[in-house]
Amino acid sequence: MLRATALSLGRALVIAEIVSGKVSPATLSAITAASKVGPVAVLVAGASAKDAAQALAKVESVASVLAAVGEHYSHGLPEEYAPLIDAAVKANGYTHVFAGTSAFGKNIIPRAAARHGCMPIPEVTEIIDENTFVRHTYAGNAITTVRSSDKVKYCTLRGTAFERAAADGGSATVADLAPTPASGKARFVEDLLSTSDKPDLMTAASVISGGRGLKNGDNFKILEELAAPLHAAVGATRAVVDAGYVPNEMQVGQTGKTVAPNFYLACGISGAIQHVAGMKDSKVIAVINTDEDAPFFQIADYGIVDDLFKVVPALTEKIKAAGAK
Amino acid sequence: MFRSVPHFVKVAVCVKRVVDYTVKVRVKDNKVQTANSKMSVNPFDEIAIEEAIQLKEKKIADEVVAITIGTKKAEEVLRTAMALGCDKAVHVVVPDGAADSMEPLAIARVLQKLHDEIKPDIWLLGKQAVDGDFGCTAQLLAGLLDLPQGTFASKVEVRDNKVTVTREVDAGRQVVELSMPCVLAADLRLNTPRFPKLPNIMKARKKPIDSKDVAALGVDIAPHLTTETVTEPPTRKAGVKVKTVDEFYEKLREAKVF
Repeated sequence: MLRATALSLGRALVIAEIVSGKVSPATLSAITAASKVGPVAVLVAGASAKDAAQALAKVESVASVLAAVGEHYSHGLPEEYAPLIDAAVKANGYTHVFAGTSAFGKNIIPRAAARHGCMPIPEVTEIIDENTFVRHTYAGNAITTVRSSDKVKYCTLRGTAFERAAADGGSATVADLAPTPASGKARFVEDLLSTSDKPDLMTAASVISGGRGLKNGDNFKILEELAAPLHAAVGATRAVVDAGYVPNEMQVGQTGKTVAPNFYLACGISGAIQHVAGMKDSKVIAVINTDEDAPFFQIADYGIVDDLFKVVPALTEKIKAAGAK
Repeated sequence: MFRSVPHFVKVAVCVKRVVDYTVKVRVKDNKVQTANSKMSVNPFDEIAIEEAIQLKEKKIADEVVAITIGTKKAEEVLRTAMALGCDKAVHVVVPDGAADSMEPLAIARVLQKLHDEIKPDIWLLGKQAVDGDFGCTAQLLAGLLDLPQGTFASKVEVRDNKVTVTREVDAGRQVVELSMPCVLAADLRLNTPRFPKLPNIMKARKKPIDSKDVAALGVDIAPHLTTETVTEPPTRKAGVKVKTVDEFYEKLREAKVF
């Protein structure tokens, strides 16, 4: 009987990730997921936590915001975040601690869980009830439902599986959380970020990806030319990242980023399990490949067996022409 | 190079035996069917091993200990690790039925226990195992031991008792400096693993493996997660193949993707 009502008895804490002053899309997805287990508190930490807290207070479904001000939180170091999360959980008795599945969330959540003797549940794609979660294993080839016996559930939520909470419409209370002392064990040195004005791979509505068929890094230009009028992001396979054609953060797959855009166009990609794991939840999949036996055709909604160097520029022309009309 | 290092460091590298990454597993009877599948060293652990032996070749590390926690058969991954250059190995033997249900938290607790005995300066793990896809053992171990962590590492430099780690993050890379001892988790970008040579495979057979029974360690390895169901993902049906670019464009237009 308890089970039926317990869903509203949960108290969820979402650890916010702030990227260049804005709440990350992964955090907004985690907030939606968290609202399924009970009232949502959000923890934001950093030198400018106060400003970020104001933005988070307006996010839909957020009941309260905790702001911990401290420069030592500014770079997402898990050595600093884990004790802070611990203090928040002890003070307020949260039953769930959530973060988005990003490099930030994956780094922090398990460390915080360890301090509490809990087993983290990474990359949750569905919440069945307050104890039961769905996640993918074996590169997405098995979907596993697990029930946790832990007092506090530490989860990262796969952003592509949950709608993002709207950035306005909420009116949460904001409270200060006393910062924990700096650990001194790890020191932030620098960020080497790729500066790009192009749409973000994880959040773009359309993604155009290139594989070995592109032959070299320069040829990715033709994908970018097609991506521009579509406002699409450009992705890549591990093979071309390893070959140094494009930077690592463009990699889609089991070991790279998981995307689920409205439209995924795969150019010169065979469709290995590890790549498909990162994009098979895309709504519409189209494939351009000269090899008609490429495994990718087995999951593609639309396929063309032809040379990408012919098809991609031709598509770009057609889209530009249609847009000019 | 090694002049700037005050003392040699000891590296513990953790290896898992998993279903080979090229195998497409099947789900049957509410379980992933792994019997008779080809097994290999987890690809990220191969990278961790390579990094450990490169640290030895650079005269930064003086000893590399390979560790696995698994069934009797898991010994083969330790032989591979030693053929690649690890000096010795520790095998925490888990009974056949229990190995599959061992969670990253249990693994981390066993490693925590071994920490007092092995006393490594650097723990090197892969960033995730390609079967469970949890990707959290390194963070759990670092949390349990309260050591700094360098996850998704694509570059590791050891100097003056500090480890500078370049980490792969969503928007690029981040550089952090950790004090030793520390826990590192290897990303794909860290290095390209070498292949073991036949004479080294032969020599590895003679290298020592310290075999321990998991029950004798006195660590709580009971699972916290109960698997309720395992299913195959919904299959996507193959769509249509078209002949011309015009047709391709029209189809995509109809699908309203642009």
